[in-house]
Amino acid sequence: MDVYLPIANLAVNGLVIVALGLATGILSGVFGVGGGFLTTPLLIFYGIPPTVAAASAASQVTGASISGVFAHSRNDGVDYQMGVVTVTGGMVGALLGALLFNLLRAAGQIDVVINVLYVLMLGTIGSLMARESIEALRNRGGSSGGKRAAKRRHHPMIANLPYRWRFYRSGLYISPLGPLILGVVVGILTMLMGVGGGFFMVPAMLYILGMSAKVVVGTSLFNILFITMLVTMVHAFTTRAVDIVLAGLLLIGSVTGAQLGTKIAGFAKPEHLRLVLAMIVLAIAAQMAWGLGVRPDEVYTVVPL
Amino acid sequence: MSRILAFLVAALFALPLAAPATAQEQDPILVPDISQHEIVLRQGFTGANLILYGAVLDPADSATQYDIVVVLKGPTEPILLREKERIFGIWVNSQSTAYRSVPSFYAVASSRPILEIVDERTAAIYELGLDYLQLSPTGSIDPGEQQRFSEGLVDLRQRQGLYAQYDQGVEISEGVLYRADIPIPSNVVAGRYVAETFAIIDGRVITSATSEVQVFKEGFELGVEDAANENGFLYGMFAVGLSVFMGWAAGRLFALI
Repeated sequence: MDVYLPIANLAVNGLVIVALGLATGILSGVFGVGGGFLTTPLLIFYGIPPTVAAASAASQVTGASISGVFAHSRNDGVDYQMGVVTVTGGMVGALLGALLFNLLRAAGQIDVVINVLYVLMLGTIGSLMARESIEALRNRGGSSGGKRAAKRRHHPMIANLPYRWRFYRSGLYISPLGPLILGVVVGILTMLMGVGGGFFMVPAMLYILGMSAKVVVGTSLFNILFITMLVTMVHAFTTRAVDIVLAGLLLIGSVTGAQLGTKIAGFAKPEHLRLVLAMIVLAIAAQMAWGLGVRPDEVYTVVPL
Repeated sequence: MSRILAFLVAALFALPLAAPATAQEQDPILVPDISQHEIVLRQGFTGANLILYGAVLDPADSATQYDIVVVLKGPTEPILLREKERIFGIWVNSQSTAYRSVPSFYAVASSRPILEIVDERTAAIYELGLDYLQLSPTGSIDPGEQQRFSEGLVDLRQRQGLYAQYDQGVEISEGVLYRADIPIPSNVVAGRYVAETFAIIDGRVITSATSEVQVFKEGFELGVEDAANENGFLYGMFAVGLSVFMGWAAGRLFALI
């Protein structure tokens, strides 16, 4: 099925794009990550111009996360109070990120910075998650289901912040400054890396804030939803690279995938899910680290003046 | 007979200099055409195959061996070309060169390899062949570096299918009719494309003629492009609205199942 993309200026196989959306949608539903960290590089690999890929992937992530948010909210899996705090921080972060993005792009180093950021963040987060989930699995041993290893604790830095609020659904009594700062960081990353930031948000909520695992995925999706909406708008204004046809194709796949993913997440063990996510994250980090070191296919890049 | 032939060839060569009174009717006439003069970028477009064809009418002597070179050029654009270099083990952008006008598309087809038809000087004058493109870099950089950048650009565009050279791409039949097939990939930009045809005898361009192809968007595709460029806010809102709606609709559908 050939489809001509009016903004990207080329013809693609529509079914490939839908399949790509489906795969990232499943990831999104299962893990609460937007899947943008997978979509954008794959679209570029398929020959779509990098700016168009990043700008259009953002709206795909919106679609995938909204159906995820609905699905999780039916199971009381979203802490809206926490979500509003992180989204507020994220809006500030996205605007800061846009400034940084333009500075780096003018210097011609945006893609290098993006790749290095990817390697560092994905590498660290991936190994932390892998270690934690392997330990959790080992501790469980044979005891099937039963009680949760309820040793959640938030980082001492978070405990020391002033003005504590009660976040009932997260099971926390902490200062909103922690999640706010987390939101700012995720907002900057979203704008810079063209991703939803879920792969960063989920572990941070679990291990730094110490939120209840039950609401982490839903709340992270809630945050991603609003941040990617903002990012789409920023792109529509500045780069004008949102390809509505490309976004539509990705959406068809991803909204379906997100629903399937949520169903999978319902009956799989969280420790297993985290281990799988950790493996995916590590694989991508390794791939990008490799890409930084070897001679790239394209030594030259063209930028319109 | 051969003396007459020699005279005719000589007369042909002298033509640009000779007075019009002597041999106006001996001017070879090139009649070029293109299989399609419009390419519409819309749903279903996956590229096109242009046939550049025509005839050379040489009233002087139809037995003269001539060569045909066809050049198809897309609209030019100013670009910045960046080069990656390995620094501390990773590949980063380091040097760059700006070009004032680089063709977005360039394809050349010839009846024989270019350098068998003309010398390098002529190839450079008429920009025949990828090695002889005039890329007009701005700012002063040394020729070696300039050469490296130009080769990098040509190589990049070749792999994107936007630049091509077909050394045996022109077929000449009966010494009169010629034909070249030039594939157009789907990633071409809209604009005015000019096809220039050169008839060459003994390394000299005897005559040339141009024809045009318009590449443009229409209907839905044009509407989308205009909306994205002129109505950023509404376009962005529409994109956000579409994604929210589709996400919501999928959620409702799956809730029913």
